[in-house]
Amino acid sequence: MKVRHLIDSCDLTVKEVEELIKLANKIMDNPNKYNTCCKNKILATLFFEPSTRTRLSFEAAMHRLGGSVLGFADGASSSGAKGESVSDTVKTVSCYTDIIAMRHPKEGSAFVAAEVSNVPFINGGDGGHYHPTQTLTDLLTIYNVKNKFEDFVIGFCGDLKFGRTVHSLVKAMARYKNISFIFISPVELVIPDYLKKDVLEKNNIKYYESTNLEKEISKLDILYMTRVQKERFFNESDYIRLKDTYILNQEKLKNAKEDLCIMHPLPRVNEISREVDSDSRAAYFKQAKYGVYIRMALIMKLLEIEEKVC
Amino acid sequence: MLRVTSIAKGIVIDHIPAGEGIKIFNFLELDKVNYRVALLINVPSKKMKCKDIVKIENEINMNLDILSVLNENITINIIENEKIIKKYSPKIPQEIEGVIKCKNPRCITSVETKLKNKYILINEETKEYRCQYCEEVIKLTSL
Repeated sequence: MKVRHLIDSCDLTVKEVEELIKLANKIMDNPNKYNTCCKNKILATLFFEPSTRTRLSFEAAMHRLGGSVLGFADGASSSGAKGESVSDTVKTVSCYTDIIAMRHPKEGSAFVAAEVSNVPFINGGDGGHYHPTQTLTDLLTIYNVKNKFEDFVIGFCGDLKFGRTVHSLVKAMARYKNISFIFISPVELVIPDYLKKDVLEKNNIKYYESTNLEKEISKLDILYMTRVQKERFFNESDYIRLKDTYILNQEKLKNAKEDLCIMHPLPRVNEISREVDSDSRAAYFKQAKYGVYIRMALIMKLLEIEEKVC
Repeated sequence: MLRVTSIAKGIVIDHIPAGEGIKIFNFLELDKVNYRVALLINVPSKKMKCKDIVKIENEINMNLDILSVLNENITINIIENEKIIKKYSPKIPQEIEGVIKCKNPRCITSVETKLKNKYILINEETKEYRCQYCEEVIKLTSL
């Protein structure tokens, strides 16, 4: 039987995403029912790049399913520091564990890992490329806040060039009906051409680009804010120049819809003012909570653990 | 007149636009080989007025369709026993493996150099290819 991996959120069909969301919500409603589902199973978390939320939410998910976790939280403490290739590390670790989650700073590293892994492999972020479990978290958030996936104007704001969560979510939402996008970013950090050509234009999905958040905010059903990521820049002066281009605050939210859903993959720096946290439209801390449940559902699906067994 | 003898076994790349032969010579790294190679430039041609030819007295373990990037009217002749046994023009390859290095500094192939670069054709008209790993798109208009 072929082992199933997750490199990009679009590796899952729309139906599979819906099944995962359904299962995540069931787990959330009755977590005790699932707390031994992964007994005797081991998750490896191979994090070649620092991460708090993704790594801890993977680990929390496995612990909550009754499984155990091993791995590293920094490339410097792995054999990669001795010059071992990603494929050799993953091949070796797949001998020790039942499922692997990996984050690596280089784009395409997840593809390399999935090619050699003998156990299910989950991409926990490969450079500025894909971050499918964040996308699943985002989809669960959208569904639980809005109760549907269709008929939205979605605004993405901030670093749309290197923001992998943006790329993955655009691809995932483009599969639903009557979705349009407004991409708000400085000209240096616009959405990549391949997404515009291959995903949006190819499927006749409406979109436009803007540099002005205030001007666009009233049109949005969902606003996805992102951090300008220091680690993606080779030149620090470019980062400093661009990092505070957009700051969402109550003043800017005055013209926004009453039921706007404000999202952010976190961590944030300055792009969402703390005063917005208490606004009922802020969904970003709910997002963080949902991240654990969707990863629990994903681990169960990839390990092919039947719900009735739990 | 300058004369170059025919070859017994190998490849003759003919109808190369004048001035482009050196690019093929360099691309195939023919300066590093130990068999006989001839690069003829500005050879009179009825069809092209002036052309370049590369004669290689050996087999080359590479899909030469990539030469279509330079010009699709190039002719590749496979020679055995001094006779042409196959003659074809290179077609835009659907995949290019191990030939072009990804220029994206964030691509995994930039640090793991033993990985074989692989590009997939995404647009035949514009000769655009996508890196299998990082999905960076390149336009192949020159070797």
